[in-house]
Amino acid sequence: MRRRRIHDKIIEILLVIATIAVLLPLIIIIFHVIVEGVSALNYEFFTEELGSPSRAIQGRPTGLVHTILGTIVVDMLALAIAVPIGIGAGMMLSEYPEHMLNPTLRIMNDTLNGMPAILKGLFAFVLIVKPMGTFSGLAGGVALSFVMLPIIARATESALLSIPWTIREAGLALGIPRWRVVISAVMPAAKTGLATGLLLAFARAAGEAAPLLFTSFGNNYLPDRWFGFIFNPVDTLPQRLYSLAISPYSEWHSMGWAAAIVLLVMVILAFAFARFVTRGKVQLK
Amino acid sequence: MEINIMKSKDLPEETLKTVHSNMENHDIVMKPRMETKNLTVKYGQAYGVKNISLPFKDKTVTALIGPSGCGKTTFLRALNRMHDLTREAKIEGEVLLDNKNIYDEDINPVNIRRKIGMVFQKPTPFPTMSIYDNVVAGLKLVGIRNRSLLDEVCEKALKQAALFEEVKDRLKTPAVSLSGGQQQRLSIARALAVEPEVLLMDEPTSSLDPQATLRIEELIHVLKKDITIIIITHNMQQAARVSDKTAFFYVGDLIEAGDTNTIFTNPKEKQTEDYITGRFG
Repeated sequence: MRRRRIHDKIIEILLVIATIAVLLPLIIIIFHVIVEGVSALNYEFFTEELGSPSRAIQGRPTGLVHTILGTIVVDMLALAIAVPIGIGAGMMLSEYPEHMLNPTLRIMNDTLNGMPAILKGLFAFVLIVKPMGTFSGLAGGVALSFVMLPIIARATESALLSIPWTIREAGLALGIPRWRVVISAVMPAAKTGLATGLLLAFARAAGEAAPLLFTSFGNNYLPDRWFGFIFNPVDTLPQRLYSLAISPYSEWHSMGWAAAIVLLVMVILAFAFARFVTRGKVQLK
Repeated sequence: MEINIMKSKDLPEETLKTVHSNMENHDIVMKPRMETKNLTVKYGQAYGVKNISLPFKDKTVTALIGPSGCGKTTFLRALNRMHDLTREAKIEGEVLLDNKNIYDEDINPVNIRRKIGMVFQKPTPFPTMSIYDNVVAGLKLVGIRNRSLLDEVCEKALKQAALFEEVKDRLKTPAVSLSGGQQQRLSIARALAVEPEVLLMDEPTSSLDPQATLRIEELIHVLKKDITIIIITHNMQQAARVSDKTAFFYVGDLIEAGDTNTIFTNPKEKQTEDYITGRFG
């Protein structure tokens, strides 16, 4: 009896240690990023473009407004491309298991998911940059959509599969067409899972630098107003973070940390937003 | 059937006689409303049901009985093409509705399921929809938007399923907030709202308490004036109470079918008798 209780206690302690071991790096990273970067977060950081290194060194106003806007534009473009296709593919995977294309789709989706991100950038380069003759936000968005697609498809599939099959049969038995049952009865029930999937895809893609290297390319200045963000080279946070970090200027180093804070906050805000939108009204029994 | 009609007080003697004689003619002339011919359902190599030929007369209740795993549900699901979603399931033979095979190439399964409704063993409310939206789902999701029509249908269906009084003040609340028994009656109301011509019921009362079960059985009595009902039940008393015809299934075979009275009092086959008297199954 006593021995069992001691065993129980030991396991419990091990589990707590494991939990801390998981959380600790996260806390250290966030803490360190904030300490290093917070000094560079000022008004100019959100209103000025970066310009040449001399601006920072001479203390002239400099910032990353073009990077923040660029990141938002490129990520939104990627979502706009990946969400409809990804959800469609996920629906195909879960709702039409008897379809002859289904096994092929599954293999290709998994392959795409495992493919190195830089290859996806290379492909977007061939597909968009070469024909357009210029690096662009659009090319970056396409490259990131390749990152998002398989994640969204898989997450959609598992979210839909978590809804009991009987719901679909009940819908069909009422003489409702199959697609309508999926859209009106199954999808709403799975919306929390769907949103989580979109979010995972967004968070993953928002942090990718590799696919953007030769697609959106980077830019020290704001592109031309309005369509410049789509058709001209565009700066993005992960990529800017990298180039600031490898630069020889300490002023740029702290701006790099600040960029990391902004990236972190963007992802956290996205999570919070998705939680808010899908706040659980419905609990499945 | 005859006794029921004789008993109803509000009809004059004259009308009763005509109704009666019409019904007799009906019986002789009428072809079955629905009928299976050599229906076989296979899952891969395994047989679900083998070579079932069974007629279902219009406006009658047929009970399918037999031990678990004998193919009743497999058979029932073949009657409104529910197996279409199962890749492994193969259908052979014919299922005729008004003499037309519902598995013919030119038949749209969606239209078939509209005519042949189904109530499942477990309640299946659409989880994100309100009680109201659940009941009218079969109309709303195919494009019927007429508010007053939907209201009317909703009330009628809920009353038929003996649920209206309990939920009339909270039609807009989520359907999943109802108890299990209420959810089952909701599922029945939803099936009735699209006014099917044939209603398939797979142990509809197995999750209900005796009170609700009684109400569903009363409902079946009322419904059979208008529609054809095929019901699976494990409850012999229920089969005897609600059905006009009974079919006994055993290991994928149809052993015996006929008038409920005959099956229960004077079965031809030994297996049927053993099952009904509780010696196995």
